[in-house]
Amino acid sequence: MQTVRSKRGFAPWADASARPLLRIEGLSKRFGGVAAVDQLSLDIYQGEFFALLGPSGCGKTTLLRLIAGFERLDGGCILLDGIDLAVVPPYRRPVNMMFQNYALFPHLNVEANVAFGLKQEGLPRAEIAQRVADMLAMVKLDRFGRRKPHELSGGERQRVALARSLVKRPRVLLLDEPLAALDKKLRDATRFELMDLQRRLGLTFVIVTHDQSEAMIVADRIGVMDRGRLMQIAPPAEIYERPNSRWVADFVGDVNVFEGRVGTDSTSIEGTSGRFRVATKIDAEPDATVWLAVRPEKIRIAHDAPPLELENSFAGTIADIGYLGDLTIYKLRIADGSIVTAAIANSGQEATRTLGWDDRVWLSFPPEAAIALTR
Amino acid sequence: MTDTMTGQPKRSRAQRLVVGIPYAWLLVFFLVPFLIVLKISLSQPAVAQPPYTPLIELSAGWRGVTGFLTGLSFGNYTLIGSDPLYLLSLVKSVEIAAFSTLLLLAIGYPIAYGIARTPRRIQTALMTLVMLPFWTAFLIRIYAWMNILQRDGPLNQLLTALHIVNAPPIWLAADTAVYIGIVYSYLPFMVLPLYATLEKLDESLLEAAANLGCRRWKAFWLVTLPLSAPGVLAGALLCFIPAVGEFVIPDLLGGSQAPMIGQTIWTEFFGNKDWPAAAAVAVALVCLLVTPIIVFQHQAMRAAERD
Repeated sequence: MQTVRSKRGFAPWADASARPLLRIEGLSKRFGGVAAVDQLSLDIYQGEFFALLGPSGCGKTTLLRLIAGFERLDGGCILLDGIDLAVVPPYRRPVNMMFQNYALFPHLNVEANVAFGLKQEGLPRAEIAQRVADMLAMVKLDRFGRRKPHELSGGERQRVALARSLVKRPRVLLLDEPLAALDKKLRDATRFELMDLQRRLGLTFVIVTHDQSEAMIVADRIGVMDRGRLMQIAPPAEIYERPNSRWVADFVGDVNVFEGRVGTDSTSIEGTSGRFRVATKIDAEPDATVWLAVRPEKIRIAHDAPPLELENSFAGTIADIGYLGDLTIYKLRIADGSIVTAAIANSGQEATRTLGWDDRVWLSFPPEAAIALTR
Repeated sequence: MTDTMTGQPKRSRAQRLVVGIPYAWLLVFFLVPFLIVLKISLSQPAVAQPPYTPLIELSAGWRGVTGFLTGLSFGNYTLIGSDPLYLLSLVKSVEIAAFSTLLLLAIGYPIAYGIARTPRRIQTALMTLVMLPFWTAFLIRIYAWMNILQRDGPLNQLLTALHIVNAPPIWLAADTAVYIGIVYSYLPFMVLPLYATLEKLDESLLEAAANLGCRRWKAFWLVTLPLSAPGVLAGALLCFIPAVGEFVIPDLLGGSQAPMIGQTIWTEFFGNKDWPAAAAVAVALVCLLVTPIIVFQHQAMRAAERD
């Protein structure tokens, strides 16, 4: 096993000379007349944890199944280590998959499930036993080897499925919604375990998920998918802070969107509800229609008007308050009648909260918190 | 099922009645007739109506009961144990039933597997086709086979026309015809439980096997076959048990040289008028078949626990 490797500075996609481990080019797959995967291209690098994030039916699972070879592609190609997988049958691909329903063999015990793939390789019995024992120890299931899948809890079954797909040391591990069936507490803990495991083994993981916080935590890069296409491929922080479209901004996290026209200085937007300023130059002609996206947690609320600038601030009325414990969500009605959502961290006591229903307040946000979107 | 449904809370009268129905049914239509047969098997044949000695003289009171106990005769069981005729026909029955069951498995498994893997909307139509023979009376279908298997029947005409055989072979009054009859008649009973288990089989298990490096045929051997074992067992017992006691098929299609146990019982009852001996053979047969049924129940219960 490889040593623990820090992920800091891991960005092979930024290095023009780096060769991807998995290269997908113009991949298409249609079911009936509908394109599940539509002309999709993507490079994934050795040691990367890549997350495919999208709503259900966006084609992310189909993409995974195409890589595993369970579906026949209609166009394009998939290259692994430079070899076209089109000619490689599923049982020969150095790619293992962890299924959403785990697909554990119900008639085999935990050990036999994990050993299944190694037996197909015809390895010596002693080596199989050793590798199975090591793998079960790694997923903390050493005492469960003789149990059948139906005698395990959901979390234990999940770990068996993970062990079974990892034991063959695949070039790429595909994970189809691996945590979806777990309850919230377990899921939160398992995310970090999964990330830790991937770093320790130095393997390449491709995870499919519809849960954005899961993707944000585990992934080096996220590919946001919609209707068979990749809308944006970027590291989590970039997806969140610099989404490339309203669709991505809206799908990943909560967002307030204001429509407006680009001002003459290219860093301001004239909107129906006020004047906005952004920190960087907007990539659009003056007077073009653009949208300003602001995350709820970047908005500040105060009873008094901001002292100087009148940009990025407007008056509103508190229409609704939702207390979440760590955060409080405020729904504010502004002059044009639309609702703006603000999320304020609760650093003090709830009893000392000064903002109440129907209060007249001012909301504002700094220019660097606003994202100008051209589509 | 939740605790509230299976738990102790007092059952209403209607609930108790519903639960009682299967027990009442078994009592009236299985246990009582079986006890009557058991009683007859322990009596002596007699030239009378009915043709055996009465066991309990209820009019004689207590003396009647003691007379019953002293009058019990195990002679019929020692008779069927000592006369090789009974043993031979029993062996013959088990042999024919076992071999038929293997044939039924070999034919029924591919059929059930094929149906389970076709698109779902076609599956129902195909299963209806499997059940279609039931729409004709069983006896008529066996008579049809007598016709087909005749010396100058359609089968031999076809075989000679195709020059597969030179002289028309004799099918009837031989074991081959019995096998044909049993396999034909019992096939739906084999296909149905097999289809039920194969249809439930999770497709992703086969994908998982392929993903772990398993070719299709090997995945069938390592995954599909073991997981369909409950269906194989159910189908085998559904065919084997009635086939052992089969009477009509061997009587109409088979020969008379080595009768099956059903024919032997019939001969004892109606030919020799020896009801006690016939009843003893019938009781022995039930005891013999109870073992595989218990095995099956045990397996079914384990499978239910797994789900």
